[in-house]
Amino acid sequence: MKIKGKAFKYGNDVDTDVIIPARYLNTTSETELASHCMEDIDPSFVKEVKKGDIIVAGDNFGCGSSREHAPIAIKASGVSLVIANSFARIFYRNSINIGLPILECPAAVKAINKGDTISCELSDGVIVNETTGEKFKAAPFPEFIQNIIADGGLLKHLTKN
Amino acid sequence: MGMTLSQKILAAHAGLKEVKAGQLINAKLDLVLANDITGPVAIKEFKKTGQNSVADGKKIALVMDHFAPNKDIKSAQQCKTCREFANEQNIENFFDVGKMGIEHALLPEQGLVGAGDLVIGADSHTCTYGALGAFSTGVGSTDMCAGMMSGECWFKVPSAIKFVLHGKPPKYVCGKDVILHIIGLIGVDGALYKSMEFTGDGIKHLSIDDRFTICNMAIEAGAKNGIFPVDEVTLEYMKDRFKREPKIYTADEGAEYEKVIDIDLSALEPTVAFPHLPENTKTKWGEIKIDQVVIGSCTNGHISDLRIAAEILNGRKVAKHVRAIIIPATNEIYLQAIREGLVEIFIKAGAIVSTPTCGPCLGGYMGILAENERAVSTTNRNFVGRMGHTTSEVYLASPYVAAASAVTGKLSSPKELI
Repeated sequence: MKIKGKAFKYGNDVDTDVIIPARYLNTTSETELASHCMEDIDPSFVKEVKKGDIIVAGDNFGCGSSREHAPIAIKASGVSLVIANSFARIFYRNSINIGLPILECPAAVKAINKGDTISCELSDGVIVNETTGEKFKAAPFPEFIQNIIADGGLLKHLTKN
Repeated sequence: MGMTLSQKILAAHAGLKEVKAGQLINAKLDLVLANDITGPVAIKEFKKTGQNSVADGKKIALVMDHFAPNKDIKSAQQCKTCREFANEQNIENFFDVGKMGIEHALLPEQGLVGAGDLVIGADSHTCTYGALGAFSTGVGSTDMCAGMMSGECWFKVPSAIKFVLHGKPPKYVCGKDVILHIIGLIGVDGALYKSMEFTGDGIKHLSIDDRFTICNMAIEAGAKNGIFPVDEVTLEYMKDRFKREPKIYTADEGAEYEKVIDIDLSALEPTVAFPHLPENTKTKWGEIKIDQVVIGSCTNGHISDLRIAAEILNGRKVAKHVRAIIIPATNEIYLQAIREGLVEIFIKAGAIVSTPTCGPCLGGYMGILAENERAVSTTNRNFVGRMGHTTSEVYLASPYVAAASAVTGKLSSPKELI
């Protein structure tokens, strides 16, 4: 799965409350959730984000609540990949389960700046900063997890197979 | 090689003699839980799969606690979705207004979780039940849905950090101080993907409510679960409550731990996590004027927490500029607080007492903060905007500190009132 988009950059410990504040958890509508994505950390995110864009962040991305609304909001906002130094465990599992691609790659996180154009091939974990020409390698997911993501999430994957 | 306490429970539920850290296993669940926020997402996914019925309705609990009693029409719709699903699927453990409480206080109280259980819940604080010697962990709605459909869940077996607790906590130090101290020590990702296993001769001085509080906040250190061994305190709590036979597991002598950390409980002081992360802990601070105090939540809404608040508020008044909101975690706790005269103490002090709800903890309702306002709260998270406006601040503390702060109108140790 080939991914390409502009990078949004954030720091460490981006929590699920800033990804999608609880005041908007009275809905399961993906488009409504997406319209408030990252609102409390970056109010301009929803205005600027375009289909295919990438979020780049530091340690422990997605810490806090188990709300699946967080990766749902990110995915529905058009984001095609989150690259971080590390992910909080529930967010990590939720992202795979709903089919949001995520990769751990501290070297890429360090080198990528906001607005850089990034491309990535999920099958081998190679990340290219097309703005600077730098290349990075993240450990790709094993094939069965790549298949879950490619099918659009765990339940779609299970139903299909 | 021996197994940790968490690994023993996972192995038993996977039908395996032994498991190792990092191993992927499929295990049978004793209970699957969701609330009025995560439930509707799981139900939506369930309906898309085309499966007609859940694996076992008796092993599912749905608790309407986050935005219930409903704060708005959308929240009411979400509870309606859960209510209709519970009826359709014969889910007896559906807890609605009047029967509900905050899930992680309610389910142990109702005897639905206990020693030796394997529980997943679509709520990150599901790790609370480790206080009873259960392996319990938070998951998202999709995993919860898969758990309802199959009665099983896959796990990556975690490694563990062992916390050896020594000594007796001094007066005014309780479970909240213990866990805040630990999170301050190891950081918000200090136990990422791992079990936090609490042991040592100091645990006999920790009440079951202290243990609930400690395990509840294991997730704030990134942990998969927190767990205590079963002892007389656990058995006493489960007696006449737990509906099944407790299964008591113990860590093997030769169990491997990634780290062993000694904690001297007798050296702890009232500890506060400053904005905006639970790891920003301090035991000394300057003058910090506050606007609101919240005493409650799945972390500290137990009867012993209310007794602590009453001990401080008895005969005193909440400062004029402070709004003090006290929320018993369940109706049983509420009734007990009434019987013991605690509610009268709170109201005479100028606080309000609410029906059980998660409300203010996650910035839902029942105490939202305005711009630049500050709250001292016994809840579990102090992220940006957690309790209201993005410029508001939450200071996480024990019920001792929260009640003392309500009286002085500034962040205060209870020792300031002596």
